[in-house]
Amino acid sequence: MRWLEYAVFVGLVVGLARPVGLYLACVFEREKTFLDPVLRPVETLLYRLLRVHPEQEMTAPVYLICFLIFTILGMALLFLLLLCQQSLPGGPDSRYLTTPLSADLAINTAVSFSTTTTWQAYGGESTLRYLSQLVGLTAQSFLAGAAGLAIGIAFLRGFAREKAATLGNFWVDLVRGLLWILLPLSLLGGIVLVWQGVPMNLSPYVEARTLEGETQTIAQGLVAALEFIKNLGSNGGGFFNANAAHPYANPTPLTNFLALLAIAVLPAALPITFGQMVGRPRAGWTLLAVMVVLFVAGLIVCDIAERPVPVELADLSVAGGNLEGKEMRFGIGGSVLAAVVTSNGATGSYNSMHDSYQPLGVLVLLVNMLLGEVVFGGLGTGLASLIMIALVGSFMGGLMVGRTPEYLGKTITAAEAKLIALYALITPLVVLPLTSWALVTESGRAGLTTNGGARGFTEILFAYASCMANNGQTMAGLNANSSFYNLTTAVAMLAGRLAPAALAILLAGRIAAQGRKPSTIGTLPCDTATFAVLTLGAALLLGALCFLPALALGPVAEQLQPGTRFD
Amino acid sequence: MSEASETIAEGQEPSPLSLPRAELRCQVLPAILSVLLLTVATGASFPLVLAALARPLFPYQSEGSLIAGPDGVIGSALLGQGFSGPGYFHSRPSAAGNGYDATTSGGTNLGPRNPKLRDDVRQHVADYRRQNDLSPKTLVPIDAVTHSGSGLDPHISLANALLQAPRIARIRGLDEERVRQMISEHTQQRQLGFLGEVRVSVLSLNLALDRIAPHPSASSGR
Repeated sequence: MRWLEYAVFVGLVVGLARPVGLYLACVFEREKTFLDPVLRPVETLLYRLLRVHPEQEMTAPVYLICFLIFTILGMALLFLLLLCQQSLPGGPDSRYLTTPLSADLAINTAVSFSTTTTWQAYGGESTLRYLSQLVGLTAQSFLAGAAGLAIGIAFLRGFAREKAATLGNFWVDLVRGLLWILLPLSLLGGIVLVWQGVPMNLSPYVEARTLEGETQTIAQGLVAALEFIKNLGSNGGGFFNANAAHPYANPTPLTNFLALLAIAVLPAALPITFGQMVGRPRAGWTLLAVMVVLFVAGLIVCDIAERPVPVELADLSVAGGNLEGKEMRFGIGGSVLAAVVTSNGATGSYNSMHDSYQPLGVLVLLVNMLLGEVVFGGLGTGLASLIMIALVGSFMGGLMVGRTPEYLGKTITAAEAKLIALYALITPLVVLPLTSWALVTESGRAGLTTNGGARGFTEILFAYASCMANNGQTMAGLNANSSFYNLTTAVAMLAGRLAPAALAILLAGRIAAQGRKPSTIGTLPCDTATFAVLTLGAALLLGALCFLPALALGPVAEQLQPGTRFD
Repeated sequence: MSEASETIAEGQEPSPLSLPRAELRCQVLPAILSVLLLTVATGASFPLVLAALARPLFPYQSEGSLIAGPDGVIGSALLGQGFSGPGYFHSRPSAAGNGYDATTSGGTNLGPRNPKLRDDVRQHVADYRRQNDLSPKTLVPIDAVTHSGSGLDPHISLANALLQAPRIARIRGLDEERVRQMISEHTQQRQLGFLGEVRVSVLSLNLALDRIAPHPSASSGR
């Protein structure tokens, strides 16, 4: 049955790619859509209120600076809101909020949500007031998600346009992304979620008296408002500590399946949008094919890891696979699918505890993040990252046949190659030093309160990889609510969001200014299986070269410890 | 929607100079206004609209699927509860607070190689075998001896429920066949035929048990 669930999921994602991709292209190229009669007046009103001139276009530096200012202002607003949250009206009662919101936790959370990482070093139901979750987290989930989408679209325009000095208007892209895509889908999705049981109230926490006479205090909230955009905008930060494992956030197998579709569908459609915008649909399908191959490979390996009962428990005569940290209603299948989709989709909304996964399972998740979130990936940023890797592939391919590297008629000169090389270098330059620093200092090691040894190493590496990739997943055995981790992970999150965005937009600016060379017999075609393999190879090579030593010390070491068997 | 070659329309624009340029210094005001206005729009208006649509349509779910008892709420249909008495079906082990604490959800986060996990599971297996009178050869379902991710998992596997059936039948004075029939009434199948797992809802099963065969007063909790 698991295999049917996996197959239907992949089938739906691929099947929806074209209709959704074409719709996205229409929205961002400002062509007619069926929602125009309702949304166009709202759009016009918004531009007036925001003092935006929609007909104006921005050069790459201006576009980038708008994105940076927007991100930083959002961060500042959220930070202030969190610091003052005690004086906000509304529930829940402060006796339930047992985790204090320190300044470094507030900084971390503000950075985290405005970069779509949504790394949560706190548990929602024991830390935040309802208004913080709403005006703080839900709002940033929308805004940061839309900002990421805008960056992605601007990047695509670099390839779509020729001899152009501008990449679009950031405010227009932001507003369009919100009005035509994120808000309507979150509304529909939210209604379906409530139907399946996700709460939507502002009631005080309920004091229930259980059948055996104990008291069970039940946390409440406007949960459905956050839970769909959490996935749709590639954020992942959930209402409750257990995120999507919590039955209120994810009550049924259907909500789980829909949540995962919400993570994957838009990013999987963007390659098709890309193909449409540049007039070469097959190039888009080639990129999607690379994503699907990497996705399925990870899914298969993770499933193999989690299917059997852990070796250490085999002598206890138990049956049923590795269910520690997993929920019954999802089983192994729904949990593994979620783990692989979320680790690929830069969305940290796990529905099972990854710290209880087998080392091989954790390896899959870690590799997914270290590849740079290119398999579907984050909304907007995922495709930009994959195209960067495709450019590396083009570069290598071009050099191998002795031609100037080019992609879709755009030449990759030395200047572009430098930007691409920087892009490939930032992840290891941030993740590896931070991991080492945590390992050699007392305050870093103090976070290893649950597991030690190779798994402890993996927890730390996972944390920084996740923050750098703007994923937000965690191996929750690591106690990350300390000033050390709050501040270092914030650095990783900022680096992971701002540096790639800056490099991508600057690159797009240079590429947009080029003319498109006609393809000749000597051009490396970018819509063939060979190119797909080249891109795949580039992705794995970059990941392996940089991270193989770290992976060998972590999950690989743990898997190969004495006493391991496969099955 | 236009197809294929129309899309190079963006590149066919006349010289770039004819497009009005956005000046950087004019973008500060839109930045500030957009953060403020859009925060209100997405953080306040959107939830209000969603609530206005969803709450009238689904009042029971909106309030948390709470189950009312004779003197107040006894729990939520979606959340698990701890049961320790021999006359009740037992839920999965829980690491949420002291067990099924719905203000602090979470799991153990113990890795499979962690000796604490092994010892923990060994203890649960021993307890489970003892409570349900199982022969050493019977395989224990893994869900009965491992913690869920949220600590609030309301379900157990069918195998788990069936292995507890003889104990329930004995204590409640019911026919084993009747107990098995009750289990199947509270078993949820895979959604849409293939999503998720077959699972038994412990709270609703125990509620039904209390209705049909009231609990003998000599047991824990009351």
